Amino acid sequence: MRFMTIVKSKETSTPPPQSLFDAIDKLGQEATKKGVMVGFGGLMPTALGARARLAGGKISVTDGPFSEAKEVIGGFAIYEVPSKAEALEWTRRFLQLHIEHWKGWEGEVELRQMFDGIPEGC
Amino acid sequence: MAFQKAAEAIDAVWRIESARLIAGLARLVGDVGIAEDLAQDALVIALEQWPKTGVPDNPGAWLMATAKHRAIDLLRRRKMQDQKHEHVARELDAKQVSPEADLAAAIDDDVGDDLLSLIFTACHPVLSTDARVALTLRLLGGLTTEEIARAFLMPKATIQQRIVRAKRTLAAARVPFEVPRGSELAVRLGSVLEVIYLVFNEGYSATAGEDWVRPALCEDALRLGRILAELAPMEPEVHGLVALMEIQASRIRARVGPQDEPILLLQQDRGRWDHLLIGRGLAALERVEALGGAYGIYALQAAIAACHARARAPDETDWTRIVALYDALGQLLPSPVVELNRAVALGMAFGPAAGLEVIDTLRADPALEGYHLLPSVRGDLLAKLGRFEEARAELQRAAALTQNVRERDLLLKRLEAL
Repeated sequence: MRFMTIVKSKETSTPPPQSLFDAIDKLGQEATKKGVMVGFGGLMPTALGARARLAGGKISVTDGPFSEAKEVIGGFAIYEVPSKAEALEWTRRFLQLHIEHWKGWEGEVELRQMFDGIPEGC
Repeated sequence: MAFQKAAEAIDAVWRIESARLIAGLARLVGDVGIAEDLAQDALVIALEQWPKTGVPDNPGAWLMATAKHRAIDLLRRRKMQDQKHEHVARELDAKQVSPEADLAAAIDDDVGDDLLSLIFTACHPVLSTDARVALTLRLLGGLTTEEIARAFLMPKATIQQRIVRAKRTLAAARVPFEVPRGSELAVRLGSVLEVIYLVFNEGYSATAGEDWVRPALCEDALRLGRILAELAPMEPEVHGLVALMEIQASRIRARVGPQDEPILLLQQDRGRWDHLLIGRGLAALERVEALGGAYGIYALQAAIAACHARARAPDETDWTRIVALYDALGQLLPSPVVELNRAVALGMAFGPAAGLEVIDTLRADPALEGYHLLPSVRGDLLAKLGRFEEARAELQRAAALTQNVRERDLLLKRLEAL
């Protein structure tokens, strides 16, 4: 089963501490060594992005930053695991690192099963 | 509210941690059977405690610490009770018996080597192939006996017995818990790769067959291959096998049509191929190349699969390269089936007559007698040469030979189209 985990949090002006990056890197290596992490990516600040929207039959574009947004996507990872519970356990470990390395950080990880991947048996 | 249901969380933690746990313990006690029992004991304790206390922040370390305590108790008891367990006693002496910190350190360092030792032990030639498969899935894949039984469509008791016997055999043969060295390594690695690919094929053949129960086996095999690739990164054939499995797995969704009918490679909708897996497969092949490009049987098959994966459309396929790769494969693995595939590639690269020439040398091969793909391929080549009467006869023969209903339908459809 393939899952994408999407990290969302309030966009801050201060970058995350280096120790968090290092810890996430280590966790990623562990998940890679266990054969379950098959992709990941981190996102640059929303100031470098844009939003395209279709509403009332009209397409409009707003450049970043998304200052009005409560939470924005910061990164994602793709796991290939035998169960949703296992993807959740990796996610818990990811969040655990934030407790240890970035005091006061709040946010959420959205975990979604992907359509792709090796189909499940019955 | 708890982060997730305790039972599910424990199950997930077990899947993630069990191999490392068993491997570390096996090095300590020198027996994978006892190591698994110790790990299971720790799991039982977790099942009792975690629903009340919640899953610990670092569940792997918790399980390891708990299992370690039991291992130490066991070793102490053994040392006192049974002088015959000399090597365990010696081991304990070497680690100066009492300081548990030393034992903890001994179990934590070189996790990679322990896992490799576990893989090599589970795939030891003293075991039957069936036993190797079951033990590998159980010890390295973290699958339960029920899951293995379900995947291989067998009664649970059969698998259970197979695993118990395998552990006994390993103990009786005093198989050392270690990574083989020197010339033995290549042979033993071959056994490991064979087991992983066997698991993969068990799942892969099911994906175009009648049952959809087993594609999970492809995922299990892929995961084992990826783990092995990180444990033995200098072994080109490991990356070759991973590349082969990644690329083959990338086609699983495309090789079955809406009515569950099989769709052959060249007819597949390439948009349905899994490009994440293709990318990983090509990257694995690059690792083979980076190691000096010594292509073994898996890397060669992967390179062939990669020729298809790289082509955006069937007519962009580099058939000349495929012919060369089959030539090389035939040198390493002389087999009429490889030769048959080479004939197909020859036909695509240099015209049907070139393919037919090779096919006709194979018709006398007793190994291919009754093999439906021979007349099927020959029929295709004859049709391309405009020899329709002969082509029809071959396709009819192929349809009569195949065991697979869906494949027969496909052949009959091609026959009608002639």
